[in-house]
Amino acid sequence: MRHTISVLVENKFGVLARVSGLFSGRGFNIESLNVAPTLDPALSQMTIVTRGDDRILEQITKQLNKLINVIKVIDYSTETDYINRELVLIKVSAKAEHRAEALRIVDIFRAKVVDASHSHYTIEVTGSEGKVNGMISMLKPLGIKGIVRTGLVAMSRG
Amino acid sequence: MKLSGAEIFVECLKKEGVDTIFGYPGGVVLNIYDVLHQQREIRHILTKHEQGAVHAADGYARASGKPGVVLVTSGPGATNTVTGIATAYMDSIPLVVFTGQVPMSMIGNDAFQEADIVGITRPCTKHNYLVSDVSKLAATIKEAFHIATTGRKGPVLIDLPKDVSVNKTDFVYPSKVDLKGFKPTLHGNLQQIKRALSLMRKAERPVLFTGGGVILSGAAEELKKIAKKTWIPVTNSLMGLGGFPGDHPLFLGMPGMHGTYAANLSLQQADLIVAVGARFDDRVTGKIDAFAPKATVVHIDIDPTSIKKNVRVDIPIVGDCRNTLRELNKLIAAERGVGWKTKHKAWLEQIAQWKKERPLTYREHKGKIAPQYVVEEIYKATKGKAIITTEVGQNQMWTAQFYKFQVPRQFLTSGGLGTMGYGFPAAIGAQFACPDRVVFDIAGDGSIQMNIQELATAVQHRLPVNIAVLDNRFLGMVRQWQQLFYDCRYSSTCLTSGPDFVKLAEAYGAVGIRVARKEDVPDAIREAISIKNTVLLDFVVDREANVMPMVPAGAAIDEMIFEEKRGKKKLSSAQANKITG
Repeated sequence: MRHTISVLVENKFGVLARVSGLFSGRGFNIESLNVAPTLDPALSQMTIVTRGDDRILEQITKQLNKLINVIKVIDYSTETDYINRELVLIKVSAKAEHRAEALRIVDIFRAKVVDASHSHYTIEVTGSEGKVNGMISMLKPLGIKGIVRTGLVAMSRG
Repeated sequence: MKLSGAEIFVECLKKEGVDTIFGYPGGVVLNIYDVLHQQREIRHILTKHEQGAVHAADGYARASGKPGVVLVTSGPGATNTVTGIATAYMDSIPLVVFTGQVPMSMIGNDAFQEADIVGITRPCTKHNYLVSDVSKLAATIKEAFHIATTGRKGPVLIDLPKDVSVNKTDFVYPSKVDLKGFKPTLHGNLQQIKRALSLMRKAERPVLFTGGGVILSGAAEELKKIAKKTWIPVTNSLMGLGGFPGDHPLFLGMPGMHGTYAANLSLQQADLIVAVGARFDDRVTGKIDAFAPKATVVHIDIDPTSIKKNVRVDIPIVGDCRNTLRELNKLIAAERGVGWKTKHKAWLEQIAQWKKERPLTYREHKGKIAPQYVVEEIYKATKGKAIITTEVGQNQMWTAQFYKFQVPRQFLTSGGLGTMGYGFPAAIGAQFACPDRVVFDIAGDGSIQMNIQELATAVQHRLPVNIAVLDNRFLGMVRQWQQLFYDCRYSSTCLTSGPDFVKLAEAYGAVGIRVARKEDVPDAIREAISIKNTVLLDFVVDREANVMPMVPAGAAIDEMIFEEKRGKKKLSSAQANKITG
């Protein structure tokens, strides 16, 4: 099963390696990982998306809690109500015959063109994974040159 | 006044009450060694290999209950500590290991004797540090000792770049530690403890299964009280031996792969298992799906990750074993009219029957010394009071089976990692911690050679450590598996070319005694104990004795095999030697 795990950690060197080691040591791949400081610059918030056996993930979550540099762990897959978002930059072909279609798709998905050249548009889109994937599949026929994703960030509602 | 990093290191150790450290010098720790040389409060024991230093510190910690401290240099000095650290990590032994590091400006440049020891030991330490600034040194050392000795204990490593040991700062030792991410739950939830007790009251076939947590938290007295009051039989995991008197009528022996018939059947038939500070290792449970099928499980452990890791648990209780058992004892004492003894009478009778049916036993062959007999004689000669360390393999299992441990911190063995070469340096550490106790390392001829160089350390300090080599000229446990499961193909397990241990001991300045006849065993042991020097007893034992009973890998723990007459199919040792050289 897919898990979105939020980890509040101390903002220190080596912490990322400790956290990722708990996954890699069990042969688990991390699908996406996002880290940035919180309001308190001494702390960082990580959001990790991974897939695996629930029992092993329960063990990983407990092990994460055990790390000295980890303050708090939430496995969102056990929570019902949370928001997740991802930001993606997509470089798509902007040849004359594609431009109108590209802009239409940008419009539909409430995305933005953040850079333009004679050959390409760079599009910024934010949203849930489903929305982002939907947009990517629409843009594919136009020719996607490159794509960069931040990975999911998640937060509980309320 | 400003102190250098090296001086701060020494001052911090004094503040922590450290009087003995084990180590090995080298380039980047020269400043620290120079400061150590100019003071008398901390004794530095020079081992002959860094692995020996860590095992010695580990033995010191297990025997004394105090954290063990190690100091080594960078690069190979640091990497040589890894096995020792991993050993301590698996068995939750508090250590603080200091490794030297190249100067901060050179880190990452493949400098001479540089190794990323923080990266290397990340998965086998409880926590580790690279100290990048001398101003952080004192607080880091304070934290390290706190983490190593609090909650589930374990090794902590501090990497000290050379410039940090030279640079100066004001020395302030923090009076307390407050770590946001490290607040172990020390007191078990009272409601859960009450639930556990109500299950204990209802159970007809309960078993107390206790492990290393009872030793580490000092819960043995509380455990004894509970067992005596409730008439619930006790089984100890390998790490838990000594947590309950080995000759007590309620004691079942050790469970698992080489456990007793009574312990394994009790767990399999139990309707309630109260596990205390034990982590249900695969060597205990055997085939996990078939383990204790009828039992409700109460699990008391300081570490939440140990609970529900291997077996399902009905009542989890996170907390220190001693605190939790003390609470449980209070509740039990307040109970009236439970009639524990009559309630468990039938169960205890059944267990007595199992004990009688299949006691621990061994076969003796004419003209040969049974290795189990040697262990029994050491037990008799030391009146069950010695500190016993072991190596890993048959020597370890025979010791666990035939030495009836009485008290905690008496049996020092590498349970989790199973490190050959652990026992002898650990015995040295234990002897430093307890100079007046009799210390025996019960070893095999294979594993003793993994840290034999420490004879020089023992002799240098005239330590009366005794080594009993159960010398079968085989890597016995592996050979046993080859005999039973690989049709007697003794691949790379034959050690006939091994050294003359008596001469070897003598070369180091120790006393070597060879014992080849059964009738000489008791006197040789007594003589070794009386000699105030390091003694190596080379017991020439029955080469193909096996550790029995045995649960084959992947079987349920009641599917045990027992000692059989040596079959015709089996190759003789002579034939085996021919095949494997």
